[in-house]
Amino acid sequence: MKKLVLTAAALVMSAGMALAGSHATTVRMGTEGAYPPYNFINDAGEVDGFERELGDELCKRAGLTCEWVTNDWDSIIPNLVSGNYDTIIAGMSITPERDEVIDFTQEYIPGSPSAYVALSDDVDTTGGVIAAQTATIQAGYVADSGATLVEFATADETIAAVRNGEADAVLADKDFLAPIVAESGGELKFVGEDVVIGGGVGMGVRESDTELKAKFNAAIQSMKDDGSLNALIKKWFGEDAQTF
Amino acid sequence: MFSWCTDPDTLEGLAWLSCYLTTGKHMAFYRSFGTVMVLLLVTAPVALAFGFAGAMAARSHFAPLSWLGKGYTAVVRGVPDIAFFLFFVIALDQGIEYLRHRIKCPDWSEPIRQGNDFVVCPAAKMPLSTAPQWVHETYGFALAVITFAIVFGAFAANVLYGGMRAVPRAQMETAEAYGMSRRQAFWRILVPQMWVYALPGLGNLWMILIKATPLLFLLGVEDIVYWARELGGSKTSAFTYPHPDWRLYYFLALLAFYLLLTRVSEILLDRLMARLTHGQATSGGKSTDKGLAI
Repeated sequence: MKKLVLTAAALVMSAGMALAGSHATTVRMGTEGAYPPYNFINDAGEVDGFERELGDELCKRAGLTCEWVTNDWDSIIPNLVSGNYDTIIAGMSITPERDEVIDFTQEYIPGSPSAYVALSDDVDTTGGVIAAQTATIQAGYVADSGATLVEFATADETIAAVRNGEADAVLADKDFLAPIVAESGGELKFVGEDVVIGGGVGMGVRESDTELKAKFNAAIQSMKDDGSLNALIKKWFGEDAQTF
Repeated sequence: MFSWCTDPDTLEGLAWLSCYLTTGKHMAFYRSFGTVMVLLLVTAPVALAFGFAGAMAARSHFAPLSWLGKGYTAVVRGVPDIAFFLFFVIALDQGIEYLRHRIKCPDWSEPIRQGNDFVVCPAAKMPLSTAPQWVHETYGFALAVITFAIVFGAFAANVLYGGMRAVPRAQMETAEAYGMSRRQAFWRILVPQMWVYALPGLGNLWMILIKATPLLFLLGVEDIVYWARELGGSKTSAFTYPHPDWRLYYFLALLAFYLLLTRVSEILLDRLMARLTHGQATSGGKSTDKGLAI
């Protein structure tokens, strides 16, 4: 049996080698696949959403072959750093803390507000129990705001926590929450003021990968210049979304 | 899938459900049941082989080999599974890439560790970044099998070691009296008889292994628990089939699957035990003998 596994491993290795010559550069795009409309797995089982469309266009403009990979949000930075994929394109806001570990391209979504969503209007957003996704800027904000933070691995679970009363409210990107609130039939509502945390959203790349970063920077710039990026933002986040 | 599925928004009731349950995403969910079964069926024998080797090493009269066997079981059994799965797999993966880097890119001048980054030459990537996704998935799966086998092999080694010691000493003495060498006595007398003592422990391990398969997701393999969570989560109209939070139903389906799997395993293990104890000098074996005599 051991032998069988070794043979299997050898097969995999040789398969990898045989394919090495076929195309020159493949960039593996890492995303979460659980944050609609930024990125999600559609019903066909493929990565879909704003970032899928953006990423494919960027790869086309930069002349790269791209392959989509999904990874848990929690370990998305460690796996980039250890080389399991080459970029993070997952609605990740540019923050100084993250910038110490990885590098970011220029913003492809301008700094957009976060918002609280709850079942009723009289929720105390600074003293109550607030849900947020682990390792997000919102989780950091809640921890500093004096409220009790409960963290969840996926954004969907934070909404479920509010629905079943485990948390009083959820703090997340407004663009993520808006369709959920709109389709809840009045059950969920925005409460309190919107908060602006952190800067815009950029693609994460390894700090040593300066060449790839330059390519994507140029591609993002060209999409900003011809207005196609703004059109894409409006398509996925609605007409009132902030544009460049 | 079906002809009526072209416009899901107009569907209702069973027609909607039939289309919903046959989406590409659901197909991936169904396939992941196969992934889990394959993992179990491949891992169990490999882990048993690791365990057997570990137990043999621990019994060895050659001290360093015995230390190796005992050290393996002690260290791996002592480290929490989840830490092992997070640390060991990354270390194994980077170790393989490091070796390939050394062999394939001897002229590479840049350091491998650049701050936080682990950078090897493109030819040393494992698998290559140009490889299609299924190669990456197979590689991840192979890493999972090896990791599971090492962890469960350590427990199996301990069980087998105990089983070997439980075989009555008189059996071995008789073998020696017949003039068998140590090796002959081990393979002909000890090994056939030890299974009956080891089986309850091994059966337990199998049950634990079944329940440990959700750890697969830590290794990047999309298993049934991942898909149940992903499919069950509430879906807005950005999806073709919007629905509220249905995780409860998906997890109930998983519960049924795991219960069925453990029940079938119990029945098979009981049968195996009955067969192994037949005619053996154990309480189980004797009682069946008496039963036959009456």
